[in-house]
Amino acid sequence: MSFLEAKHLTKHFGGLTAVGNVSLKVEQGEIFGLIGPNGAGKTTLFNLISSFHIPTSGQVFFKGRNITGIKTHKICKLGICRTFQVVRPLRRMTVLDNVIAAAFSRTNSKARAYDLAMETMEFCGLLHRKDALAGGLPIGERKRLEITRAMATRPELLLLDETAAGLNPTESELAIKLIKKIRDRGVTIIIVEHNMKIIMTISDRIHAISFGQSIAEGTPQEVSCNPAVIEAYLGEEYDQCLT
Amino acid sequence: MKKYLPLILLILLIIFPLIGRDDYHRHLMILVLMWVVIGTGWNIIAGCTGQVSFGASAFFGVGAYTAGLFSFKLGLSPWWGLAVSGLVCMALAFPFGWISFRLRGPYFALVTLALGEILRHIATVWESLTGGMVGILIVQTYVSKVPYYYMVLALAILSVVGVKVIMGTKWGYYFLSIREDQDAAESLGINTQFYKMLSLNISAFITGMVGALYMVYMGFIDPKVVFSLHDISIMAILVGIVGGVGTIYGPVVGAFIMVGLQEFFRTGFFGLFKWLGAVTDAQAVKVAAKYVSEAHVLGFGILVVLVILYLPNGIVGDWGKIIGAFIPRRKKEVQR
Repeated sequence: MSFLEAKHLTKHFGGLTAVGNVSLKVEQGEIFGLIGPNGAGKTTLFNLISSFHIPTSGQVFFKGRNITGIKTHKICKLGICRTFQVVRPLRRMTVLDNVIAAAFSRTNSKARAYDLAMETMEFCGLLHRKDALAGGLPIGERKRLEITRAMATRPELLLLDETAAGLNPTESELAIKLIKKIRDRGVTIIIVEHNMKIIMTISDRIHAISFGQSIAEGTPQEVSCNPAVIEAYLGEEYDQCLT
Repeated sequence: MKKYLPLILLILLIIFPLIGRDDYHRHLMILVLMWVVIGTGWNIIAGCTGQVSFGASAFFGVGAYTAGLFSFKLGLSPWWGLAVSGLVCMALAFPFGWISFRLRGPYFALVTLALGEILRHIATVWESLTGGMVGILIVQTYVSKVPYYYMVLALAILSVVGVKVIMGTKWGYYFLSIREDQDAAESLGINTQFYKMLSLNISAFITGMVGALYMVYMGFIDPKVVFSLHDISIMAILVGIVGGVGTIYGPVVGAFIMVGLQEFFRTGFFGLFKWLGAVTDAQAVKVAAKYVSEAHVLGFGILVVLVILYLPNGIVGDWGKIIGAFIPRRKKEVQR
């Protein structure tokens, strides 16, 4: 039994097949990378796993339990939490209140939620901004808030959608550190990322899709040498293969 | 100082009937307090949960008719109607919310507007039940206004304190999260449908209660008065906007200002125009005096434009800004 298993996921939007017959298995404790060119269906796949969309066909199993078509808010209680590619801070609330709101998914007591939020913010390195309005944060910190908020729901599986997009090299460096730290806590991570440096360094395994179809899966080394991946996504210039 | 302001206001309100001995002032204060309740009811669903509603009149009217019909049709005391009016309104809010909360933003607002209008027509057309345009007339229980004053004061305190307590708990955080971003809220494990329903039901409950209180206090209602779009629904929104959307004491401040402004215009600037007309004997002033008493809507319009331009968070929300305009602020020390 895999930790998370997607079986033959398909999603049509009208006549467009955004995701077609994609199957993947994610093991507990790994960082699972998802790559592909723009419009390949990575975010749609995320939306299917996190139940934002209901698949046209196929199933999603989480720890052996069929979670296909379950209500979005229930996914979170099961231990799956996602971040958004376009960050969605609760703008007119402070950073602390954002995280507290997320922490309430694990407790009903305000004091407990506050402790949980403070602990998570310290873990993610956002404590110094706790009283700032979320809408006023720069992009790097908004992305961090997105992760912090997701972590405050105490997920077992974290779905990160382009967390490093738009970050400068220093910020990406911090993001990598944070993601590794989260993994060391025992959280399984699925990550979508365009930044090859990040995804190749941190992923244990990578799954590549193009036009909604799976084209390759394996270690970063294997995937980056796969001719189909090079043709569809990486390009000839990406010369990291030793073969 | 600011911390004690609500407490001072509360004490003043409690001893008010001792100071304001004349019925006119007492009546005005009862109206203000009613608007505090309606404004708070609007604020919890629209200001805190972000589901802008034009439906205050629907719940106000249903509350009022509940009390009225208890006396008119069942021959019971209208006070029984007051007791159950909140529950009746929740019984209405439940199916209504269930159906219409799949809509968002302006579409939801339009449905609430339709709800009020539909109920107004039902109350007008269903003559065998409601008496139609003739309305319902019941005998008031007390001659003095003081008992009514304390009842509506109790309801106002209950609703404001209730909202204050709720906003400090999980419910409050969830309401705000839904206001800010429904999809993000959903991803954080918030059952948005459930919490929107909760918010609407709280709002319906207190608005219905005050509607019933209006019935027992005024002794007369008709569909045009209690289901009025601009006198109830829009006014509720204005109270919220002027006072401060999403603030706890906003509707309190808003109610004082809006009722005050309405009265200011209704009496022709407290009799100023009448006096001017008598003194100057000019035809123009006399004509103006006739029209100014109906110009309160114009006054509301100007006030709302000014508030939105200069105090977008309302008087309570932008309190610091107002103070800052009068008192030169000391340089704030930069915190690091």
